[in-house]
Amino acid sequence: MLPPFDLLPTLVRGLRVTIGLTLAASTLALIVAVIAGVARTSKNPLISGIVGFYVELFRGTSVLVQMFWIFFVLPIPPFNISLSPFLAGVIALGLNVGAYGSEVVRGAIQAISRSQIEAGIALNFTPTQRMTRIILPQAMVRILPPFGNLLIELLKSTALVSLITLSDLTFQALTLRQTVGRTTEVFAVLLIMYFLLAYPLTLGVRWVEGRRVWA
Amino acid sequence: MVQDNDRQDASGPMIRFQKVKKSFGDVHVLRELDLDVATAERISIIGASGSGKTTLLRILMTLEEPNSGVIYVDGEPLWHKKVNGELVEADEKHLRKMRGKIGMVFQQFNLFPHMKVLRNVTEAPIHVLGTPRDKAEARAKELLDMVGLADKMDNYPSQLSGGQQQRVAIARALAMQPKVMLFDEITAALDPELVGEVLGVMRQLAHETQMTMLIVTHEMGFARDVSHRIVFLHEGQVLEEGPPEKIFTNPDHPRTREFLSRVLEH
Ligand SMILES: Nc1ncnc2c1ncn2[C@@H]1O[C@H](COP(=O)(O)OP(=O)(O)OP(=O)(O)O)[C@@H](O)[C@H]1O
Ligand SMILES: [Mg+2]
Repeated sequence: MLPPFDLLPTLVRGLRVTIGLTLAASTLALIVAVIAGVARTSKNPLISGIVGFYVELFRGTSVLVQMFWIFFVLPIPPFNISLSPFLAGVIALGLNVGAYGSEVVRGAIQAISRSQIEAGIALNFTPTQRMTRIILPQAMVRILPPFGNLLIELLKSTALVSLITLSDLTFQALTLRQTVGRTTEVFAVLLIMYFLLAYPLTLGVRWVEGRRVWA
Repeated sequence: MVQDNDRQDASGPMIRFQKVKKSFGDVHVLRELDLDVATAERISIIGASGSGKTTLLRILMTLEEPNSGVIYVDGEPLWHKKVNGELVEADEKHLRKMRGKIGMVFQQFNLFPHMKVLRNVTEAPIHVLGTPRDKAEARAKELLDMVGLADKMDNYPSQLSGGQQQRVAIARALAMQPKVMLFDEITAALDPELVGEVLGVMRQLAHETQMTMLIVTHEMGFARDVSHRIVFLHEGQVLEEGPPEKIFTNPDHPRTREFLSRVLEH
């Protein structure tokens, strides 16, 4: 194959890992963000306190350090939890982005007017139904655009998993550079590949922003 | 804990306020308010701004908790539960049971903006009462027809005028079949030309149903037409009450007279 296409088979192998990692970590981040965001609005101080601690811990430290902890420290006693590099990457990125996402969810929930909750009380909905049927669907409109931006950040952060031995796109590029040289070429393809991944997400965010049917 | 010495039974009033107090910080909004409303009675509550009308309704809807006193709805304490003959603070379960008896229409409509009109009306019957969807939708269509909005059921609330939104809100509250309906200045947020259509629905409701209704309003002509009794609230107490003819033509209290002359001027 002609250069730079001869680089592609190796890079595409890495690309697959990066995409899988992004999808899995995004899913985890979304679930964590909604649960933690709702929990932070809880009137129970124990619940909101514990979740607040998690959020501040993960926002206040670097995702790389979190990844090192999950991959290198957890297998050591007293924890004795060994995770594959992929799973460690998913958990670190998911919990990290989930912490930022929970702040988005919390803000969106708190922006829903009190009168909506009161209408829900007057119609005798349970507290859970008020959250799932009235508040969260309205909050989603505010949540999705910033969350899309967080996912783009997440995608870019996946490059860090090369440091916990995962053969992602960046890892394969670094390997290629060592084996075949051609630094400029390798990193140019790498740049383009990341951009092609992120750009549809950017378009998706814009589409969601423009799509709300109700005012 | 409050002793429950006044036993309520089926022949008692639908609603009873007993020495109900409510304050927000230093502001005493309800001062040992007493009020009975009979089953199927329609009362209009009038009074100056800040006299506690909204607070009274919000306490009934369990949106605001009283500081003291007891309220009975349909023979049962609202904010309390009976345990061994004593009244203790109600839990969420008791409040939910009591809320099933009461419906409310708000000044600002408070429709769910993310649901179409039909779903605004069916959501609670389906998910709270467990009504099958087809039955709930059939009933909702009847109600929307009654308020003159059958053709708007596939619209979102934001696509309706204020008067139309308020009529949907009335249908939504009726769909829960409450024994008591509360209306808090439901025309106050409307442009003047839209007030009539909402009051029209209210008049029809008054003629066709046997629901107990508590209406807070500044529309004195309307209050006079639909109410069995007018309650004049002043500084958190019922200062005067009586049939509309009496209150509007020959009130006993100078403060009632003063209030009425002020609101009837314009
Ligand atoms: N949540 C609250 N926090 C603090 N003060 C409140 C609150 N709700 C009501 N108040 C005060 O309580 C008083 C009575 O209010 P309420 O809304 O019951 O009056 P109202 O008779 O309905 O008046 P209006 O005719 O203006 O609607 C007012 O002084 C109001 O400012
Ligand atoms: Mg009011």
